[in-house]
Amino acid sequence: MQAQTQKTSGNKINANGFDNRPISNKNATKDRRLSDRLSPTLKFALTVGASLFVGVANGLFGGGGGMLVIPIFAVLCGLEEKIAHSSAILTILPLSLVSGIIYATHGNFQTPQGFYVGAGVIAGGLIGTFLMKKFSNNLLRIIFYTLMIIAGVTMLVGKLK
Amino acid sequence: MEIFFLILGGLVGGIIGGMGMGGGTLLIPILTIFLGIEQKNAQAINLIAFIPMAVIVTAINIKRKDIDYKSVFTVAIPALATSVVSSLFVEKIDGKILSIGFSVFLIILGTIMMISTLRKCIYAYMNKCKEEYIFND
Repeated sequence: MQAQTQKTSGNKINANGFDNRPISNKNATKDRRLSDRLSPTLKFALTVGASLFVGVANGLFGGGGGMLVIPIFAVLCGLEEKIAHSSAILTILPLSLVSGIIYATHGNFQTPQGFYVGAGVIAGGLIGTFLMKKFSNNLLRIIFYTLMIIAGVTMLVGKLK
Repeated sequence: MEIFFLILGGLVGGIIGGMGMGGGTLLIPILTIFLGIEQKNAQAINLIAFIPMAVIVTAINIKRKDIDYKSVFTVAIPALATSVVSSLFVEKIDGKILSIGFSVFLIILGTIMMISTLRKCIYAYMNKCKEEYIFND
């Protein structure tokens, strides 16, 4: 065992015999993860239950499903962050398509303004994917979520008046 | 001038969405608060504007093999069923009540995401400290 450790990590073992390698994030978080501790049936049931809620929220509020799906993928399915993000976009695509069609048939999609905003979203999306590679965005996230809470409070106060 | 602000609003929402932070949830309040678009119309715009972007991004992600299809199907099928029901139900709700519901949804979502981001920052910081401690031993 010791010989094997020495073989694989060579000079990284110090004089006292302690392994000097940095603690790997993967090993450190593995035991903490809920997805490794629950039984597969329970995980499946919880995932389906949470998904039903995601569908209701995305249809009712016309968005926000992606933000709810990411924690489901991360906590219940045990996906890593990057895969969880990519999978979330694909998951929300059919929901938005079907909900969008239903909204449009009820006359809620107003054509000229909808197209202008849509063009902005596509252009912004391309800029956003480019920017994501450039910046580490934890600070940006905190700013964004603060804005989100402020927007929510502003709307609530405006409507309750 | 109004066209300019519509494109600008979409641009801001798109940038945040493209960075993977859930831009749609901010696009809707931008549209309703600053541009005076009705809640249901803003929601419809957000849903439809998301589609072309999601198609492009997904095509890239499929090539990169960054998608876990089993998880996608497990979540997408039940979610699709309830989203159809809730989208049909939206027509029956008064616009004002929907706005109040949405603003509460926004506050809850913002708080949850804020906590999870802060937690991630703390974990990253703790791991960094551990590494430094071991190396300085």
